Amino acid sequence: MSTDTTTTGTEHHFGEDITAIEPDAIPHEHKDLRDRDYVFIAFLLLILTALEVAASYIELGSLLVPILLIMMAIKFVTVASFFMHLRGDARIFSWMFYAGLFLAVGVYAAALTTFHFFAP
Amino acid sequence: MAIIERPTDTPALAPSGGAPAVTPTRSYGYLRRPVQTTGWRSWAFTVDHKKIGIMYGVAAMLFFVVGGVEALFIRLQLAGPEGTVLSADAYNQMFTMHATTMVFLFVIPMAAAFANYMIPLQIGARDVAFPRLNALSLWTFVFGGIFLNTSWFLGGAADGGWFMYAPNSAVPFSPSNGVDYWTLGLLITGIASLVGAVNLIVTVLNMRAPGMTMMRVPIFTWMALVTQFLLLFAMPVITVALVLLLFQRNYDATFFEVAEGADPLLWQHLFWIFGHPEVYIIVLPAFGIVSEVLPVFSKKPLFGYPFVVFSGAAIGFVGWGVWAHHMFASGLGPISVAVFSVATMAIAVPTGVKIINWTLTMWGGKLRFTTAMLFATGLIVMFTIGGLSGVTHSVAPSDTQQTDTYYIVAHFHYVIFGGAVLGLFAGIYYWWPKVFGKLLNESWGKANFWTMIIGMNLTFGPMHIVGLQGQPRRMYVWTENRAGDGFFNIGFWNLVATIGSFILAVGVLFFFINVWVSRKNPPAPADPWDARSLEWMAENPPKEYNFERTPTVHALDEMFHRKYEDVGEGDAHDYVKVATAEEIQAVETANRDDHVHLPSPSYWPIVLSFSLPVIAYGIIYSTLLVIVGLAIATVAMFGWALEPPTADDSEFESPEGGDGGEPSKELVASV
Amino acid sequence: MSDATINPADAAPVGSDAPAEHMAIPAGYDDGQDHIGLEHHTSTGLSNTKLAMWLFLGSECLLFGGLISTYMLYRNRRADTLGPDQLWDIPFTSATSFILLMSSLTMVLGVQAAKRRDDRNTRLWLTVTALLGGLFLAGQIYEFTVFYREGLGFTTNLFASSFYTLVGFHGAHVSVGIIMLMATVGMLLRNRVHGNKAETVEMIGLYWHFVDIVWIVIFTLVYLIPA
Repeated sequence: MSTDTTTTGTEHHFGEDITAIEPDAIPHEHKDLRDRDYVFIAFLLLILTALEVAASYIELGSLLVPILLIMMAIKFVTVASFFMHLRGDARIFSWMFYAGLFLAVGVYAAALTTFHFFAP
Repeated sequence: MAIIERPTDTPALAPSGGAPAVTPTRSYGYLRRPVQTTGWRSWAFTVDHKKIGIMYGVAAMLFFVVGGVEALFIRLQLAGPEGTVLSADAYNQMFTMHATTMVFLFVIPMAAAFANYMIPLQIGARDVAFPRLNALSLWTFVFGGIFLNTSWFLGGAADGGWFMYAPNSAVPFSPSNGVDYWTLGLLITGIASLVGAVNLIVTVLNMRAPGMTMMRVPIFTWMALVTQFLLLFAMPVITVALVLLLFQRNYDATFFEVAEGADPLLWQHLFWIFGHPEVYIIVLPAFGIVSEVLPVFSKKPLFGYPFVVFSGAAIGFVGWGVWAHHMFASGLGPISVAVFSVATMAIAVPTGVKIINWTLTMWGGKLRFTTAMLFATGLIVMFTIGGLSGVTHSVAPSDTQQTDTYYIVAHFHYVIFGGAVLGLFAGIYYWWPKVFGKLLNESWGKANFWTMIIGMNLTFGPMHIVGLQGQPRRMYVWTENRAGDGFFNIGFWNLVATIGSFILAVGVLFFFINVWVSRKNPPAPADPWDARSLEWMAENPPKEYNFERTPTVHALDEMFHRKYEDVGEGDAHDYVKVATAEEIQAVETANRDDHVHLPSPSYWPIVLSFSLPVIAYGIIYSTLLVIVGLAIATVAMFGWALEPPTADDSEFESPEGGDGGEPSKELVASV
Repeated sequence: MSDATINPADAAPVGSDAPAEHMAIPAGYDDGQDHIGLEHHTSTGLSNTKLAMWLFLGSECLLFGGLISTYMLYRNRRADTLGPDQLWDIPFTSATSFILLMSSLTMVLGVQAAKRRDDRNTRLWLTVTALLGGLFLAGQIYEFTVFYREGLGFTTNLFASSFYTLVGFHGAHVSVGIIMLMATVGMLLRNRVHGNKAETVEMIGLYWHFVDIVWIVIFTLVYLIPA
């Protein structure tokens, strides 16, 4: 957010801009990841996937679903943050994407709830 | 065109008069890039947001007439008891297509027409962010609309009602191909809306002129932006629903068949998760338009601009949490009903904020009741009525009583006609001189307004009564012996509604007469309404490149502040006119940008759009056509990808009779 | 910002109404020249294409959300016919998931190479990505064939219809991604990519990673969570 103070000759003084980002203010991928960092991240993702698969073979009872969902969310965010560079990129991209994601989760979860989806 | 030839609009400087020939020297495959600036090619292949906006508007108006004629048939059928104008089947098709046409082929595209034309002008841009995608949206909508309407001649149109509930949408209940046309047609127009939404959002966020912060963006652009976000997120939801229905009807899936264990409520949820944001998609652009019109004709700034902006955004947000109020009668369960009831009541608040802001904008203003202003004030009154009857639906017990009666029909027509359509007409009258350089006739305009207002109230007002009396919607006949007595006799009110609908039709006819009689009006002045926003800094109609130079914005209502200076002392404001629009434009022209790059026309958007109905016909009739359509689409996409957005330097030769020598990209005559 | 005057003679070509005398321009009027090109500068300083791609991906979330919800609602509706328990081959699907995950790595390496303007390695990594994508797709087709042979047709039950629709939509997205990758490799070879090459590759990368993300969700929700 940048606050604009150059408003002149008007009764309207709300220069606050919710999207304008000064070009210099864009984080220039300050943490420039190198190729081997990506390999490392991919390795982590692999381990997580392996853990997921392993978890599905172990008797975890009612814990299984939350554990799987948490690991899924970690993988999801990792790919979005690092492979898709949402971390370190302008924040508006995250807003756009996560707005769609949370909207989707919200409306569809609510709709499924009305079907008594979560009741046995 | 990629090149702005400065001499052509300044004859004194153009040696030979005619525009220098610009010829492409390199072609892609067998096709040369289109370069025509006149004739049908200049429209079919254009990527100019203004031409695209006009074509959007013209196409939407044609569909408005089609949808209107369908409405008249419905009213004729219901004018008396045991109507015989239409068969039950034809009546089903009529009301389904009336609603579908009006919502998807008139209101959304008409709003898109304004958004396309006005957004770049209001934010000081030369075009939208993706001009070719813009052309793709237009043609996809046009072909999708035509495709949808060809079903009338190919076995009958869709007949399940515009929300196409299961099981009515299933093959046993709707055996013609009508529902398939409907499904595929809406998928196609959905692509148009989605592409347009991405394009216009990027345009508003990224293409603003220097100084045009988000809180200086004209209110119409703001409301259009919220609308585009709603489209962006709502379209995929209906896409899912339509795809499931398509698979059910064409590939024997059973997504909505109760006998197979399916849950028909799934369709209702998917449809209304899309459908309620859709209501705001319909009405928010009109809100934006009246928020432009009212201040201009009240000679006051919009009261509480940030409140109007944020209430618009709030509507856009809360609009996602109320969809199930369309489903109160479906047995959702008390908790769901209670939650959605409260959410529905809550959404009345930001809407009320807007109405208060409009009223206070007019309060104490120097009102000029031009036709545009009349339509805008008409919207405030009519929409308030529709809004109030809407709040009665949020009360679930009351809603259960009203569901599927004419009371609902009355409500949403006050909202859609009284809200969206009146707002769109306000916009047409207000921006007509901007778009066509001529004013519309005010006398015909007023006749147009008053007949439409009287007509709509006679048509939709009585529907409250017959609805509360229990006349169900979508019944193709009513009978005398169940019509009731006295004041509440539904026979009488049905007749009134039918008469009203014809008065309304005459009102719309007056509009077209007005367009016809106004065609030879003298050129409009640069600033006929003493307007406030940036689009009036461009000429009427704007040049292909919109602005002589990219404007620098210093204030909300930039144009007003360029025309008027505050000479008030201290806190007192006293505005004195210091410049006319003509003078401001003259300054712009004198300081015009020498180098203007505009995107070049392209064949590919229209070709790619054309492939979609081909594929759709193929899905209904023959796989071979699908393959043909996919082939066309593939060629078009590769053509698109291989074609630079702006014509390459080497594609142009220096103009004949020019200063010769080296090929130059800009043919510039500096003053 | 200053008061400015223009010589009417300069403005002569425009309006017949041009004032004869010097014209006062309102205070706050900027006379400075702003040469802002269409393609080189944006209000937010961010790339149009990238913004558009993220908007599109945000929109796609609701598309796949709807398909996944349909599956979640219907996954147990199969009466006495085949269901997930009899069909899933977790080791095999884990292997294809592994392949798709690796393709995300090769994609990001391709984007990195494009940022370094290393065309050769860009083409190499994109080709590898397309191949891995193709391998994943082949695995999916194989899986579909196995299910079909075991008796799970598209219309066998609601579970089958919603499963094939969801996974089929994902497969279609993978196919589009492969076509885009191959086309980009071809265009890079013949040097026909317009504008910023690194950005073009990055856009395809975003799309590809999104397809991978969707698979991460599908793999967990559809395959691993017991019905």
